[in-house]
Amino acid sequence: MAELTGTISYREAVAEGIAREMRRDPTVVCLGEDIGAAGGVFKTTQGLLEEFGAERVWDTPISEQAIVGAALGAAMTGIRPVAEIMFSDFLACCWDYLANEIPKVRYMSGGQVKVPLVIRTANGGGLGFGAQHSQAVENWALTIPGLKIAAPSTPADVIGLMAAAIRSDDPVIVFEHKGLFASRGPRPPEGHVVELGRAAVVREGRDVTVLALAATVPTALAAAERLAADHGVSAEVIDLRCLIPLDMTTVLESVARTSRLVTVEENPHQGGWGGTVVSLVVEEGFELLDAPVRRVASANVPLPFADVLENEVIPTVDRVVAAVRSVVDY
Amino acid sequence: MSQSAVREAMVNEGAELLAMYERMAVIRRTEKAAYDLFLAGLVKGTTHLAAGHEAIAVGASAALRPDDHVFATYRGHHHTIARGGSPEACLAELMQKATGICKAKGGSMHLTYAEGGMLGSYAIVGAHLPMAVGAAWSARLLRTDRIAVAFFGDGATNIGAFHEALNLAQVWRLPVVFVCENNLYMEYTPIRSVTAVENPAYDRAPAYGMAAELIDGNDVIVVRDAVARAAARARAGEGPTLIEAKTYRHYGHSRTDPAKYRPAEEVEAWLKRDPLTIARARLAGLGVPEAEIDEADRRAAELVEAAVRAAKQAPPPDLAEAFTDLWADGGAAWRN
Ligand SMILES: Cc1ncc(C[n+]2csc(CCOP(=O)(O)OP(=O)(O)O)c2C)c(N)n1
Repeated sequence: MAELTGTISYREAVAEGIAREMRRDPTVVCLGEDIGAAGGVFKTTQGLLEEFGAERVWDTPISEQAIVGAALGAAMTGIRPVAEIMFSDFLACCWDYLANEIPKVRYMSGGQVKVPLVIRTANGGGLGFGAQHSQAVENWALTIPGLKIAAPSTPADVIGLMAAAIRSDDPVIVFEHKGLFASRGPRPPEGHVVELGRAAVVREGRDVTVLALAATVPTALAAAERLAADHGVSAEVIDLRCLIPLDMTTVLESVARTSRLVTVEENPHQGGWGGTVVSLVVEEGFELLDAPVRRVASANVPLPFADVLENEVIPTVDRVVAAVRSVVDY
Repeated sequence: MSQSAVREAMVNEGAELLAMYERMAVIRRTEKAAYDLFLAGLVKGTTHLAAGHEAIAVGASAALRPDDHVFATYRGHHHTIARGGSPEACLAELMQKATGICKAKGGSMHLTYAEGGMLGSYAIVGAHLPMAVGAAWSARLLRTDRIAVAFFGDGATNIGAFHEALNLAQVWRLPVVFVCENNLYMEYTPIRSVTAVENPAYDRAPAYGMAAELIDGNDVIVVRDAVARAAARARAGEGPTLIEAKTYRHYGHSRTDPAKYRPAEEVEAWLKRDPLTIARARLAGLGVPEAEIDEADRRAAELVEAAVRAAKQAPPPDLAEAFTDLWADGGAAWRN
């Protein structure tokens, strides 16, 4: 475990967030590939095996269906499993469980069975892993009623959202962003919980609302700094933190103040979460808008390998600045 | 054993078998009712009737404790009733009534009776096998000696989840029993035409280092005893067992299937091996008078007739029910 005061890295926060819940509740257990002795391929479960033992931190075979299927069965019968799917791309190997089993058990049974289950997974690009290890796929999960979706951007939120996810009696997918693992931030106090479905206004502004999630939050913040310094534009940045439940109250209140909206998503533009949020703003807050909305998202191509090519495809500070200027100058 | 002890054992066995016979008769009559109600336009969607498979559900249930967990497929009426789900609630579910066992939100393919440890019927072939592994894992973590059972068809043995589940269960030595109901057909395709081994479940167990049994799935006593052995192994920490029970379905795969693809001699031979007929013969062998068996049949008929009447009279679900039970708070709100 990392030191107990000061700052903590995002990757350490994952293990710390899980450990805090495992200490609190003996029914919280982990399972996944390489999560035990190896401490996770991203070192996000380091120290858990040592502290909690092999009975609560289980290394599994490469069996994505069995991992989430067993986690589901355990969740239905009194355990709070935290299952790791190593890279979010591999969620496709257990898509049946995400799309058909986990989100439907409570509903199909008429409320007879609860599913307190967390699936955590390393999402997104930035590490040069190529098209099958770099996708941002939170929008896959967004299409399925019955899953809750958290995607923290700071170490404190990793800990707070992990606590809420593990305590939730509903299934939650926690998308940890690979590009953020090395970032650092303040270590939150013991007992820190971030309620699912509460967005955070991480920078106040007057001229435009910029919505971001996970790794696009620092991108949006950097863009906001540059917009203020170079263009005199005051951008409000909102970290959505969760896609389901979706905090439309915070979004609409912000748009009411700024009258302009830009979303910054890492998932591909086609079918991305920004489309859903924008449609709600248009349906419910059309009269609040003084300019067309803009979505900055990844291009509709698989993630290319080369850094320069990946940068061509994903949202960058330059692209966010350009999008904001286009709506502010409208 | 003394002669009187033998006689007492026979009486006890006769009483237990008669109870199992009656439960099988209830299932058979419920399936017939579902079939008739379907033809009358009162059952919507589809049904996968389990007539012919009763001995597996009832025999297994007799070997299990009330607090054990079972998981079944879309062909799960028999398991739900074997675990204590009422025919009335099951038929009401099929008829889309408010009193349905899943409040009319599950349907024939998703019958669930959590109170009886029946944790659901799953319509994606093979999906529930890892879930049973998870329930077995949970029992170990919670320091109970509960076991979990997954019932599945022969067709499920060729899907990835089957293999992942078997391997995980065995490597963790979990208290789970896998019961393959091999009725020789997937939907319309004979299993032997798509599987290179004779016994699609049993023959693969050695590849996972797993104990296995190949049994007659139409003899309720044989099933009960095999599942009892497997359950004892599981409770003793000796790990999972794979049971392949040979059986046959009396109807087609689902309500739209007249099952024309099955050779007449094959059907005839299997109908002679009807689990109810076999149980009757065994009861006679144990000295249970025929009148008592007929009486059990009569009770089963009465129960199911009353269930049909009640289900028919029940109201449709309140429309607001569409928006409950998604989340733990009871609702379905995805945004604020
Ligand atoms: C993953 C998946 N593929 C295909 C189907 C369509 N399907 C439903 S039942 C069935 C046959 C399954 O046969 P078997 O496992 O032998 O079970 P049985 O119906 O004989 O009880 C198929 C192919 C499905 N439900 N799920």
